[in-house]
Amino acid sequence: MEALALQALNGLASASSLFLVSAGLTIIFGVSRIVNFAHGSFYMLGAYLAWTLTSQGPLAEWGGFWGFWGAVLLAALAVGVIGAAAEVLVLRRVYQAPELFQLLATFALVLVVQDLALLLWGAEDKFGPRAPLLRGAVEILGLRFPRYELFMIVVGPVVLGLLWLLLHRTRFGILLRAATQDREMVAALGVDQRRLFTGVFFLGAALAGLAGALQLPREAVTLHMDMAIIVEAFVVVVVGGLGSLPGAFLAALLIGELHAFGILAFPRITLVLVFLVMAAVLVLRPYGLLGRRPSGLQPAAPMAAPLPPPSGRRQRVLVTLPAAVVLLLLPPFLGDYARILLTDFAVFILFAASLHFIMGPGGMASFGHAAYFGAGAYAAALLTRHMGAPMEVGLALAPFAAGLVGLLFGWLCVRFSGVYAAMLTLALAQIAWSIAFQWVEVTGGDNGILGVWPSDWARDRLSFWYLALLLCSLGTWLLRRAIRAPFGLALRAQRDSPLRAEAVGLDGFRLRWLGFALAAAMAGLAGAVFAYGKGSVFPSFLGIPRSVDALVMVLLGGVQTLSGPILGAVAYIGLQDQLARVTDLWRLLLGLVILALVLFFPRGLAGAIARPEPRA
Amino acid sequence: MLEVAQLHAHYGRAHILHGLSFHVGEGEVVCLLGRNGAGKSTSLKAVMGLLRPSTGRVRFRGQELAGKPPHAIARSGLGYVPEERRIFAELTVLENLEVGRRPAAPGLRPWTVERLFELFPSLAALRHRPGGRMSGGEQQMLTIARTLMGNPSLLLLDEPSEGLAPVVVERIAATLQALKAEGLSILLSEQNLAFAGAVADRAYILETGHIRHEGPMREIMADTGLRARYLSV
Repeated sequence: MEALALQALNGLASASSLFLVSAGLTIIFGVSRIVNFAHGSFYMLGAYLAWTLTSQGPLAEWGGFWGFWGAVLLAALAVGVIGAAAEVLVLRRVYQAPELFQLLATFALVLVVQDLALLLWGAEDKFGPRAPLLRGAVEILGLRFPRYELFMIVVGPVVLGLLWLLLHRTRFGILLRAATQDREMVAALGVDQRRLFTGVFFLGAALAGLAGALQLPREAVTLHMDMAIIVEAFVVVVVGGLGSLPGAFLAALLIGELHAFGILAFPRITLVLVFLVMAAVLVLRPYGLLGRRPSGLQPAAPMAAPLPPPSGRRQRVLVTLPAAVVLLLLPPFLGDYARILLTDFAVFILFAASLHFIMGPGGMASFGHAAYFGAGAYAAALLTRHMGAPMEVGLALAPFAAGLVGLLFGWLCVRFSGVYAAMLTLALAQIAWSIAFQWVEVTGGDNGILGVWPSDWARDRLSFWYLALLLCSLGTWLLRRAIRAPFGLALRAQRDSPLRAEAVGLDGFRLRWLGFALAAAMAGLAGAVFAYGKGSVFPSFLGIPRSVDALVMVLLGGVQTLSGPILGAVAYIGLQDQLARVTDLWRLLLGLVILALVLFFPRGLAGAIARPEPRA
Repeated sequence: MLEVAQLHAHYGRAHILHGLSFHVGEGEVVCLLGRNGAGKSTSLKAVMGLLRPSTGRVRFRGQELAGKPPHAIARSGLGYVPEERRIFAELTVLENLEVGRRPAAPGLRPWTVERLFELFPSLAALRHRPGGRMSGGEQQMLTIARTLMGNPSLLLLDEPSEGLAPVVVERIAATLQALKAEGLSILLSEQNLAFAGAVADRAYILETGHIRHEGPMREIMADTGLRARYLSV
């Protein structure tokens, strides 16, 4: 009994820290409508800066009470300034962009910060000092409980109270709340939005920085802090209702306690539990516990122009035939490295084409497409490992397995649009990832599954290339065919005008659902080919970075062009390969490339080649 | 005071305003009349910068406004009262007024919360009520009061009588007359001819983004042919 009470207190302490991060995230979203992926990076920077300030320089020499607490506050303020700078330099330019571009822009910041942190602080974990006055433990119910944890429990409600005062008792706060409801009207009343937005990023980032700095006595500072916290913070703000501060507080308590008790009851599936709760809340209350139906959200993708009519047979032959000849006849003269790279191209073209199918013709958003890629890969690997199935069986069943996952997840996701769909797909992909990561007996956990090799006839790189070429071309062709088929026409109709499509008897939900499942199946095929090509599968196949890969490929190529995914995949995988060869800082460069893409080529490569950008 | 010349505006590819030219003098109340879709609201939005004019000039006291962001236009002395009222539903009456507050130009008697409560006595009792829980008439008064808090010298009012009970319309008309007596210039758009007749000195009649007629309000009220052609439904 006492142990349970203590566990509840532990839950409250982590809830506080989670709330600080989520509060900033939700305030930023409320005003700017941007879901800030980089918020986890602000948190991580807060922790690193506080570590630096407490371990070197004047504050560290000073030491004692002000040495520590001064460092914490200074770190929070510094992160606030960094957040304001990020707003001025990058985010200010994407307010009018579609949501997925905004998410990508903030994800690019994550990549940049990760490599900068690696450069500045190195790869090894950092351990901070303990907090003055709060060392040691107190006795509660006969058990010892750390003083610092008690302090953390108090911090959450105190910050909530201070934020409430700020939002209700100051002009800045009243303007923030007004802007959350109607930005344009606030501008028409003479308020300079730019300052308001920079201010809100300062505030949000400073809160995240404070949360990070306060972690210093609790846990080691690592380069993985950013992704770990941001996914949880996403869950909290979505469960609480995007833009709702009390909602974030409530949800932080819920998730904090869920973690604390989940560890006792279901140690294996704590992560899954959190995401299941989120999915359940969204199904019952689509806009979160205390959220309201959002207004003024951007569509998931820019308004689509009609597709050009299919090119004539002659033209198709002119393009396809030489390509086929090169792809069939050249590889025997290439080395294994080139063959592996070609196989990767084929796999990722199909992967990108499947996401494009959801985003382009389907008009939906997915920030978790890796789930289906990974589902196909794991289906193949599990069949091989636990049933000794040959490659042919694995390749045949993988699309069905991924398609089933797509049916299940899609049923939840396709009822939402925009940022909610993005968040939900992300959360569901994280469920898939946590299953692969935590269910060690079956999936091997972090060690993955090794020995997923092709059958003997396809074992050499050249034969496997032909197999990959065949399967991936088939999959890509099938998706393109579907876009032109009556099914694709209906899908595009419900995207362009949901009400009119319903009025002529099209079932929008069903169309989106089936489209989602078809795309998932094709992503699964790509994943299975990839698994046999590499001989192994790992949880990273389902991770957020892999989902982002797919998004960048599609957006790089251009959402509303058919050749976009092909161009995008080739450009992106080629670029990654080149970057990884010449530099260790590929994340930094990749982040900058994504930023350049979002800021300067919002219609992608194919769009930019076809027509020069119109002046906005 | 306000001079608009050859104003063109588009929504996407749709050409809404076709070269409008109109002006408002100091202390004058001018009305844009016309049926739904004539371009009245769009004209006000284009002046306010909420819709970027494609071409044309918008001069206010010698200063070019076209192409400036809305907040800069508001700061130069224009106050905009939107048709949909756009009250901040979760903010109280006092908070709504606070959002609109801006310092007055030197020499003007600044609007304060107390003075506005004298002008709109029914708001005084509701000062802590969230904007979302007010009647349409109360919201209309609040949206005008909120804009006045910015101490504008020209008020842009988009269909202030729309959807309100006749008693409330009369009260709003009386308020506008009081504001006019204070020397405030007003540009409003209206479909309600009786309301326009009660407050406006001069009017322009719009149809499909063109100005069809200009004249003193009194004459337009008297000209039944004109009214039948452009205004009656």
